Parts: sequence; structure tokens; C-alpha cells
Amino acid sequence: MRCARQLASSFCCSISLAFLTSCAGHQQSALDPAGPQSGRISTLWWSFFWLLGSIFILVMVLTLFTLTRRHRGFNQEPLEATHRPSEETEASLRRIVTGATITTIVILFVLIVASVTTGRANSELKDKRNPLTVEVTGNQWWWQLRYVDSNLKESLLTANELHIPVGRPIQIRGVSNDVIHSFWVPNLNGKRDLIPSHVTTEWIEADHPGLYRGQCAEFCGIQHAHMAIWVVAEPPAKFNAWLQNQLKDAPVPSNPVEQRGQQVFMNNACIFCHQIRGTGAAGQNGPDLTHFGSRRGIAANTVPNTPGNLAGWILDPQSMKPGNHMATIAVNSTDLQPLVRYLESLK
Amino acid sequence: MKTGNLAVCIAVVLLTGCQREKRDIRPAPADLAIFGDAAKEGTLRPGGPVNPQPVVRNPYNASAYDISEGQRLFDWYNCSGCHAHGGGGIGPPLIKTNWIYGGEPANLFDTIVKGRPNGMPSWGGRIPEYQIWQIVAFVRSMNGDQPKSATASRPDAIESNPQTIVNRVSGQTK
Repeated sequence: MRCARQLASSFCCSISLAFLTSCAGHQQSALDPAGPQSGRISTLWWSFFWLLGSIFILVMVLTLFTLTRRHRGFNQEPLEATHRPSEETEASLRRIVTGATITTIVILFVLIVASVTTGRANSELKDKRNPLTVEVTGNQWWWQLRYVDSNLKESLLTANELHIPVGRPIQIRGVSNDVIHSFWVPNLNGKRDLIPSHVTTEWIEADHPGLYRGQCAEFCGIQHAHMAIWVVAEPPAKFNAWLQNQLKDAPVPSNPVEQRGQQVFMNNACIFCHQIRGTGAAGQNGPDLTHFGSRRGIAANTVPNTPGNLAGWILDPQSMKPGNHMATIAVNSTDLQPLVRYLESLK
Repeated sequence: MKTGNLAVCIAVVLLTGCQREKRDIRPAPADLAIFGDAAKEGTLRPGGPVNPQPVVRNPYNASAYDISEGQRLFDWYNCSGCHAHGGGGIGPPLIKTNWIYGGEPANLFDTIVKGRPNGMPSWGGRIPEYQIWQIVAFVRSMNGDQPKSATASRPDAIESNPQTIVNRVSGQTK
């Protein structure tokens, strides 16, 4: 009896745990779908949950029943010495095992078909007219994003924050610069690996505006956990305004402090890795900083983009994100403030 | 006896492993800064010996992590633009025995920091000194001057990069 009570309590625990997890963190959750594909994933998840949950409950109830009933049938008792089941017990056992096996096979088959169908459906969009193509390049440990227009002529380079128009199909072309990464924005679609020397494709579409967090989903080295991406789904007009602003060169520093900051940037190692369009800085190894001030996070969204965080990041990048590829350079205390002010002014 | 031998073997393997994989990701500036004068040079012959030489050793000798960092930086800072991947091009090859300015770690460090006539730019004050030591460790590894246990079995440079849209279609990046 005590055993039964323990079982019952652990069962209650796991059920409440399942509900609690489904409630947490809507900005990065496949159960809070923001597009047709994640809608399918969410449906699939809930069908799995209810089907397997009810099987679990059934099995638990049967277990409790077997634990509390007499452990041998009346027919069995006279045959105890022979160690053989009675005819009747054997027959019912055979029926039960056959039934359970067939049911299991059928359920597994249904689940496999459902999974494969969802996967197939999610790899494409029904209406792929007028797509927006974005090339997502995985780097240790940040995302490079390149927008390409329909003629594949003009492109825009940015990083770590993917703006998309609501209701328009987005074609993600995934590549990698170093090791295998995986692009995963749970609110929009499943994972897609980014593989060196190979291009993978994923379609996404947001059906309502929102801010969705994505995360590298394939272990890619020491800072894998700090490789996040924000997807900003906006109404088309707002998206176009954003795009037009991003296509511009970096704003010219408007006051002496920012001008000094630009000088500091140009005279330090920053320019070997970072690009700021409209200036001499054309490095391609690190994230493009042309409109850095407009972004939400720094260091692949490890911390929010605030002047304080930025100053800390520049002074000692290895304390915030140990092992990352940003060099620790010596910046004078008098130069740091102007540099931060300049970078934050790049809206 | 057998167990003892095994224990010693395991200990040795573990210890060498520690050394090889040691990651000094936050180098203290004071430990590494020698302010660009690692080797004394004669005035008549470049790289010629002057006695006594200061003893400067590469802090990243035999460290697999730092050699691979050096390899990454070799491309990032475009050393490969002139020296290719060791075979040379615009600049001299780096896989060789006969170094104009000396081939010891201190000489290589000075060459990178100070630059050399006819093309080698000066990197001193532009990139941090710990990265220069990492590049030195990598250049030495190309010549087999680093223990085999710490060097990569094959270079990454031969790996092909995928054709990105922009490279393929227009070659224009904005």
C-alpha cells in the first residue's frame, strides 16, 4: 500500500512538472507558435502529450490495480507446486500480450506518420511567392545575417538580430564559417543545422508581430550557450523603414566626443575584425557594427546593449564570455567613454 | 606491479594532456608584455646575434589551444594574404630553415612587432602581445618546431568554403 501511495505521488509530481514547463518563457517556446510551421509543431507536441499522457495514466492505473489485488488467481493456487499457469491464465495472458503488442505497433506507426508528415510540411511553405532571402552564417559564437533582395543584387550585412516582415515567407540559407551550428527559433520553426561547406535551407513565416528568441542548438564550442539571436517580426511598413535605415551607411559622428570615439576605433585593433560602413573599417571577421546602436544585445545577445555593458565588454571580453574570439585590447580610460558613446550612436 | 605501471602511464597521459590543452583565455598583461623588444639585434647584420641575448621564451610553447588560436589569427589578421599558408607569395615563405631575421621565438616576435623592410608591416601596439605570441607558436609549428602532440594533424586551410549568394551572384557587399 505504501508503494502505491509513493507511485501516486510521483505520478502527480511529473504531471504538474509537465504543466509548469509548458507555462515558462513564451519568448522562446515552441508551444507559443508565431507561424504556420510552429503551429504544426505545437499541435504535434500536444497530440503526443495527450496520447502518451493517457497511456501513461492507463499504465499507472493498471499498475496500482495489480499491486493492490491478490497476487494470484484462484485457479492458480492448486497448480502452485507444478510451477505452471492454468489453461485460463495462459489464454488470457496470450490475449493481453497480443492486444498490447498490436496497440503499441499501431500507436508507434501513427506517431511516426504524424512526425514525418509534420517534418515534411515544415520544410516548405505553401505560398512561397515574393520570398525574402536571408543568409544566416554561424560563427563561433555569433550569427552573421545577410539580406538579399529579389534580384540577388544588393545585400545588407548585419548580425545577431533578424528583422522579418509579418506574413512574408522568409528563406533562410544556412551556412557556417567554422563548425556545425544549428539555427533554432522555437516560436517559428524547428532546428536547421548550419554546416561548413554546405548550404541548408529553412523556410519561416511569422503570422503576428513579436520578439522571438533563438538559440544555437548544436554544441559548437565553449560559448555555445551564449549564442543567441533575436527575431523581430514587424508589420511590413515598419520592417521596410528598418531596412531602409540599415541600408544607409553609418551616421557621421555629430559631436566631439563621438568624433574622438571614431578615432579611437580606427586607431585600434577593432578595425581588423569589424566593419562600419561609411568609414575605413572593413574587417570581416567579427559582427558588422554599422548600426550597432540599434541592436538589442551585445556579444550575440549575451547581455543587453547598454553603455555600461558595452564598456565592460570592450575592456574585458573574456570575463563576460570566456574563450570568445574578441581580442583583449588595451583601451585608455580616457578613450573608453568616447568609444562607447560613438558605438552607441550608430543607430 | 602491473597496476603501478598502469597508474604511472595514466598519470603521465593526464599530465601531458593538461599541458597541451591549457587555456589561458585571460592573459594578465603584465605577464606577457615585453614591449616589443624580445631579441637584441646587431647593427651590421639583420637578426645577427648580439651577446648576451635576453632570455625570452614563448609562454604558449607546446599549447595546442594557443597554436590553433595562432592559426585562426594568421588568417584573421591576413598574414596569409602575403605569406599564404606558409608557402609564401608576396611575402617570403614561412616554412624554411634559413630565416633572414632569425627563427627563434623572440626573433619572430620582434619581426611581427617591429615589421621588416620591404613590406612586412609593424603590428606592435595594433594587436595585443598575447596574440602575437600565439601567431609565433603557430608559425613555429609549421616548421615542426612544436611538439607533435600539440599540433593539428591537418590544416583547416584546405577546406573549401561554401559559395555564398553574394560571392556567386554579384560580388557586392554593402
